[in-house]
Amino acid sequence: MTPDHRKDAPSPHGPPTPTVASSWRTVARALRPRLSRAQLTAGVLSALLGFALVVQVQANRDVGLAGLRQDELVRILDEVTQRSDELEREAADLRRERSELVTGSDTQRAAQEAAEERAVVQGILAGTLPAEGPGIELTLTEPQGKIPAHVLYNVLEELRNAGAEAIQLNDVRVTASTYVIETEDGVEVDGRVLEAPYRWRVIGDPGTLTTALDIPGGALASVRNASGRTNVTTPDLVEVEAIKEARVPEHATPVPPESTD
Amino acid sequence: MIAVLGLLVGAAVGLLLEPTVPSVLQPYLPIAVVAALDALFGGLRALLDGTFNDRVFLVSFLSNVVVAALIVFLGDQLGVGTQLSTAVVVVLGIRIFSNAAAIRRHLFRA
Repeated sequence: MTPDHRKDAPSPHGPPTPTVASSWRTVARALRPRLSRAQLTAGVLSALLGFALVVQVQANRDVGLAGLRQDELVRILDEVTQRSDELEREAADLRRERSELVTGSDTQRAAQEAAEERAVVQGILAGTLPAEGPGIELTLTEPQGKIPAHVLYNVLEELRNAGAEAIQLNDVRVTASTYVIETEDGVEVDGRVLEAPYRWRVIGDPGTLTTALDIPGGALASVRNASGRTNVTTPDLVEVEAIKEARVPEHATPVPPESTD
Repeated sequence: MIAVLGLLVGAAVGLLLEPTVPSVLQPYLPIAVVAALDALFGGLRALLDGTFNDRVFLVSFLSNVVVAALIVFLGDQLGVGTQLSTAVVVVLGIRIFSNAAAIRRHLFRA
């Protein structure tokens, strides 16, 4: 290994600096196959290194948890345990939230159903909803002479007493606030002048209603006394389809419910 | 030439035999490989410096490997095996880089 003596910079101390060309020459010389002790040693050691390198690379490729140290395994186990604890907690939270939501929606649905039912009942009572059901149809005709308002009102009162739930007189829905007055044009009911024949459509127990109307000296008797004709039928289904606009109360407000604690 | 051939032959043998690393050696083999790489680069640098000596190469190769494994073993016994392997890899890596830089300067003047 004699370095080339055409040096770039002569240095009096230390080994002479080899040039690029001499370095390449050194490499080429080393690459030339010669059976020297140095070459053999390098070859054997390189073979050892190559072998170990490949073995390690292959072992590393399919290494699972088996190749890890104890403290690493403990750390991984800790992490996994912690993670699963967190997930467990999260799952419990979500389950609780879900059950709360389910209960909440059940309560809400029950409240809504109750409210709807109440709305239906009150709609029928207030006359804002059409109604149908068993009942009677009563027709009053006046072949001679007028039936006065108070006689009609008498009939209405009798029907109410007999438990009528929804009443329609001609095309007027009769409710708690309905009035019947005598005017010059005729009988006026809730601001509408009605003409004979007066057709009552009444929902209620047909038996009770007919019995109540037919009492001697009762409603129908007074109609006949006023020279009117009466005709009562009990169809299977009576339809009360006239409705009344509900007036929003202007002065009255509900009493707030008393606290029960 | 024989060194390069030896490297290839060793790799081929490793590929063909596919030996499993004994679990006792498992923590030390990667460090030993890195140490051997360091020795190899050191030898190449010495060759270019004109100071290559096969005995020195042999001894440095084996001692590098043994010392690296020993340090890791000691670290495992002390409970700082992971950190110490990292330290050894870092130091050997720095040496490999500086050797590679020296070789590069020899061959390319850059």
